[in-house]
Amino acid sequence: MSTFQIDFSSVNKKRIVGIDLGTTNSLIAFMDLTGPEVIPGADGSALLPSIVSLNDDGTFTTGAAARRLLIDRPDRTVYSVKRLMGRGVDDVRDELRLFPFHIASGSEQVIRLQLGDRQLTPPEISAQVLRELKHRAEEYLGEEITQAVITVPAYFNDAQRQATKDAGRIAGLEVLRLVNEPTAASLAYGLDKRKDGVVAVYDLGGGTFDISILRLKEGIFEVLATNGDTHLGGDDIDNRMLSIALEDIAAEWGEDVSTNGEAVQTIRQAVIEAKEKLSFVPTATLEIHYQGKQYLRELRRDLFEQLIKDIVDRTLGPCRQAMRDAGLQPEQIDEVVMVGGSTRIPLVRSAVEALFRAKPHTDLNPDEVVALGAAVQAAILSGDVQDKLLLDVTPLSLGIETMGGVVSKLIHRNSTIPASATEVFTTSVDGQQNVLIHVLQGERELVKDGRSLARFDLKDLAPVPAGMARIEVRFLIDANGILNVTARDLRSGKEQSVEVKPSYGLTDEQVEAMVLESFEKAEDDFQARQVREARVEADTIFSAVEKARSNDAWHTLDSDEQAAVDLALNELHMVYHGEDHLLIRDRIEKLDNTTRRLAENMMNTAVRTALKGTKV
Amino acid sequence: MSTEHNCWKCGTPDVASLFCRYCNSLQAPIPNYYEFFGLDCQLSLNPDHLQKQFYQLSRLLHPDRYTRRSEQEKHYSLQASSILNDAYRVLRDPIRRSEYVLNQAGFEIGDPRNKEVPPELLEEVFELNMALDELRMGDTEVLPQLDEMRQHFMDMMAEMDGELETQFLAHDAQPDDEARRKVLTGIRAILNRRRYIRNLVDEVDKQLTSRNA
Repeated sequence: MSTFQIDFSSVNKKRIVGIDLGTTNSLIAFMDLTGPEVIPGADGSALLPSIVSLNDDGTFTTGAAARRLLIDRPDRTVYSVKRLMGRGVDDVRDELRLFPFHIASGSEQVIRLQLGDRQLTPPEISAQVLRELKHRAEEYLGEEITQAVITVPAYFNDAQRQATKDAGRIAGLEVLRLVNEPTAASLAYGLDKRKDGVVAVYDLGGGTFDISILRLKEGIFEVLATNGDTHLGGDDIDNRMLSIALEDIAAEWGEDVSTNGEAVQTIRQAVIEAKEKLSFVPTATLEIHYQGKQYLRELRRDLFEQLIKDIVDRTLGPCRQAMRDAGLQPEQIDEVVMVGGSTRIPLVRSAVEALFRAKPHTDLNPDEVVALGAAVQAAILSGDVQDKLLLDVTPLSLGIETMGGVVSKLIHRNSTIPASATEVFTTSVDGQQNVLIHVLQGERELVKDGRSLARFDLKDLAPVPAGMARIEVRFLIDANGILNVTARDLRSGKEQSVEVKPSYGLTDEQVEAMVLESFEKAEDDFQARQVREARVEADTIFSAVEKARSNDAWHTLDSDEQAAVDLALNELHMVYHGEDHLLIRDRIEKLDNTTRRLAENMMNTAVRTALKGTKV
Repeated sequence: MSTEHNCWKCGTPDVASLFCRYCNSLQAPIPNYYEFFGLDCQLSLNPDHLQKQFYQLSRLLHPDRYTRRSEQEKHYSLQASSILNDAYRVLRDPIRRSEYVLNQAGFEIGDPRNKEVPPELLEEVFELNMALDELRMGDTEVLPQLDEMRQHFMDMMAEMDGELETQFLAHDAQPDDEARRKVLTGIRAILNRRRYIRNLVDEVDKQLTSRNA
């Protein structure tokens, strides 16, 4: 682990936290005096299961408590929602069959999950996880948290990134930067302190796979190439094992339970347990008890490896492509770093070792390293860490639709971001006042094969004869990997208005409405919580004073002192129901001061009473 | 060519660099790639020096450094670092770099998808198309021939790269713009030929990978 040069000259700045919003687990971390640290929850674990359950009263249960509800209330409890972020229902039809929850109609643009009587989008569900993490950090650090760095898979497209940013906003967080998970991990490893060189980061998580190749030089982390698959991870291994188990169980029990949400979740958790055990021991027992029935299977690691080999092999193609794009041979890669829970699987490690011909680093906890890196990036943004800088790339090419349904590429994949391109557009009809630009993301050459990002409408053009208009459009991918489009009329030099119609995802107005709604419902709004906590403290002192008044010690006070206590008591009562926690605390302190002698006297009385029965 | 302006923040006149010399605030970026890097318009560049400059400028301009600054400076930082990254991508690659210089000097550059066959390549292109057609029909016996032709084209490109390097030095050594333009005309001819051959190689690669897939 490296040491960090930290500048604490400006202590009063707002703290920025780092968040790993994972498919399976999420974590929050911050930069401490000695380096980045993850923040544990009340249960002592830093891992918050990314599971959200909607309660009957409209509130949410998140994390480990929600995991138990996966079995009891499968239709109201959501897991792996990251796989649905920034997606349309057509993208995920296949895997939805394995999810027990229902998709509401009208989900082409944004998936809406039907939970009880409510419909929730993936960003809203992710916002619950973020809110829980925010809460954790606020409890732990004792201050309000409003700014964060959130990590995303490097191979996330524009819509998936935007959806993550939206989730932050709904949770009351200003997302100052989206940082790619593998690059964040490389920051946490502090590899730059060892020596300059080329590093490959292999990140196989619960639902996504990324490979990034970086050059490290004098504190600069320059990504040379990245590749991946946003639908490949431990979940696929679980699903493979689950469907095999379901078939086998159907044969043994003579009953198909695959449509029974409760049974499926029970089997799913047993399969995951067996998978995790097999990373450490050569055999594990798959043990399922359900409604009086039992299923037992001995699982050997070599058989398990046979069953998942093709899934692991699917990570190798992106690795080779990334090396080609970086113009490097395996021998030129100095170090390989493993990130993500699935890299604990021995088969994954051996496959990576064979490909890169180097033993991969596994020194940091693969579950925590991304969150730690996010905290380092947060410290870079706040200016506390000044010797490091991350130069990341866009994972996918950006293009526009041209004549004949062909994509014309404007910004190529693996371009360092921020990156930009300009194109001049004109009109094809006399007096035409709108030009519609269709932007796509990906490597495919034909529009029909590509993935639509958004349509940009250049509106209110000055009416001129066909072909005379000259509108310069600037496409800019910012440091978060998100596209911004601006346009200028070259003839008048004026800024041109651009209306964005995202192909997948929420519009700005929709997000704004969700932000407002969540504020109304925000149970754990920091302000409200402070008031609640102050009242709890007031309750404690009320009952203590109440008790004291019936104690003998009360009569040791003179009448002025008793009046002062009563006055302070009344004053606290008066502000108790107000919303100003500082005022409540102020009155608590005053009451505390006026009752100090009373408390001392009570103590003395108690001591005397206690001593009475004792022979010294 | 350099554009001088007053500092947007403190009004100091004639600011010609990235930062105001008086109040040190970030200025609207210069769009010319060479000026951005503080370089003369040379075709021959030292890649190590360029990389060093790139890292140094990144440290000064990247949006990560402007999180706690004014909206105006955030905006300029985003613009400036996008130009920096675009400039580095172009300048570090000899082909794109020379195309950029040609463009700046007002030369028309051939359409990258130009299908007009240079006369000296007619015979080879004909042969290549025959072989590709046969491959498309499923005749795998042409594979060794295709490999050989691909290698031949790659050798031609390598030769041209050497030629370009000589021309780059010649360009940089010329005393005035007029003499430089003469060299640029020659460079453009090499680039057009090279681009044509590049397309041929890409075509072969595309056929081979689609066969493997």
